[in-house]
Amino acid sequence: MHRQSPILRWRKFPERYRLEGNRCNRCGIVYFPKKELCECSCKEFSSFQLSGKGKILTYTEIKSSPEEFSEMTPYCVGIIELAEGPKITGQITDATVDELKVGDDVEQVFRKFLAVGDSGVIHYGVKFKKIE
Amino acid sequence: MEKVGIIGIGATKFGELWKQSLRDLLAESQLKAIEDAKISEKDIDLIFTGNMCSGDFSGQNHLGSMASEILNLNVPSIRVEAACASGSVALRQGMQAIRGGEADIVLVNGVEKMTDVQTRQATTGLMGAGDEEWEGFNGLTFCGLYAMMARAYMHKYRLTREQLALVSVKNHKHATYNPIAHYHNEITVDQVLNSSIIADPLTLLDCSPITDGSASVVLAREDIARKFESPIWILGSGQANDTLSLHARKSLTEIPASTHAAQRALMQAKLGIDKVNVTEVHDCFSIAEVMAIEDLGLIPRGEAGRIMEEGQTYFDGKVPVNSCGGLKACGHPIGATGIKQVWEIVKQLRNEAGKRQIGKANIGLTHNVGGTGSTVVVNVFGRDRENKGY
Repeated sequence: MHRQSPILRWRKFPERYRLEGNRCNRCGIVYFPKKELCECSCKEFSSFQLSGKGKILTYTEIKSSPEEFSEMTPYCVGIIELAEGPKITGQITDATVDELKVGDDVEQVFRKFLAVGDSGVIHYGVKFKKIE
Repeated sequence: MEKVGIIGIGATKFGELWKQSLRDLLAESQLKAIEDAKISEKDIDLIFTGNMCSGDFSGQNHLGSMASEILNLNVPSIRVEAACASGSVALRQGMQAIRGGEADIVLVNGVEKMTDVQTRQATTGLMGAGDEEWEGFNGLTFCGLYAMMARAYMHKYRLTREQLALVSVKNHKHATYNPIAHYHNEITVDQVLNSSIIADPLTLLDCSPITDGSASVVLAREDIARKFESPIWILGSGQANDTLSLHARKSLTEIPASTHAAQRALMQAKLGIDKVNVTEVHDCFSIAEVMAIEDLGLIPRGEAGRIMEEGQTYFDGKVPVNSCGGLKACGHPIGATGIKQVWEIVKQLRNEAGKRQIGKANIGLTHNVGGTGSTVVVNVFGRDRENKGY
């Protein structure tokens, strides 16, 4: 289905591969994912590179997964508050659920997500890892 | 503002209905509602049908035409989609069509046929209620999204895992009194805690099941409804929307759209929440009922654990919630849920709820959530057209 489409992922590479967000030219709010219209009604934005550092606001461990993710199950996913303000959903890797706490500091790592479809195209993206 | 009356209701059995197709379910609830109203199908001016996933689950879209075909009608017939809130949003469209003068009598359906696909495929289809580009891509499921809300809530308000399990225990108890419910078995706190983890900290018995079902209601303009035996009145209706993704939400421990929708509905009804006798809330996962009763203002913020331990949310308690068994135990056929909630409130207000009747009920409320709180509809219903002060 749609999750096998490489095009659907390709067009979001700047955001998915290197956490590129945008910032309102008038009020300075940083958005990730990028927005076209700011809360202040301004439409002028500049690209903004996020540091990929943040902290865990909440998290879960998925044990019953959608079919595309069955090979990597179980896996942890959380909502990360990035240092620059935006909150983002991300997998938390290299840890079991028992090793995570609300408030833990994390940083981005570049990882494989899935290989799907007959062509076996591999999807990559940013995940998060605890800072020791 | 002109009042709209409910003059007929109908619902199929909820469950794994292997012998019934999407069309069979829709036909059954439509015909039951028309029969209950004691009208002819030819009196219907307009049809709305709430449904989320018929394209994914049955390969069938274009449900507007299916609904009118069943009744041999050529009236306008429209499908409405707002994830798990599809049914309630359809009800609002029906109400507004009457208020706007487009129709005198409207049939509103909610339907979902879920068991023709495997659980994993259903899980993927249901993720369409969230943000596919960011939440879906990260492997999140709906249980995962609510599990993250549960963790945040438990962290902030010190709700225990045992207290959270009380939602499912209570709703299974209620369902034993509801003939159409998916489940008729009681469960214990230990069974909830020891069932398999779906998304930590939520277990299988924290989750509403994959259910087939359909429900329908007949709405009528005020002067027409008054000629019927015991119409139930829509006193107020509110909808609020919020971000598609959970991560963009300002709070993870409440659903702000629930509070906004409730305020709008109660203001229209000119009632305070304390006047509501019976409530159906959206308990797609146990934590959702906890947040709902606080977001609606039925109980103070952060008090849900204690209030559930005191048994106050049972049908014979001070704050009766989900007397039909809720989404957890009556079942959650996505598009049908919002209309089934109305079905239950009408049963209660007509004093027809049998063993689960809460006593004399004058005012009822439904709360229906799409996604993680991205769409919320709250409706307030009454036995009488005017607020008598109660």
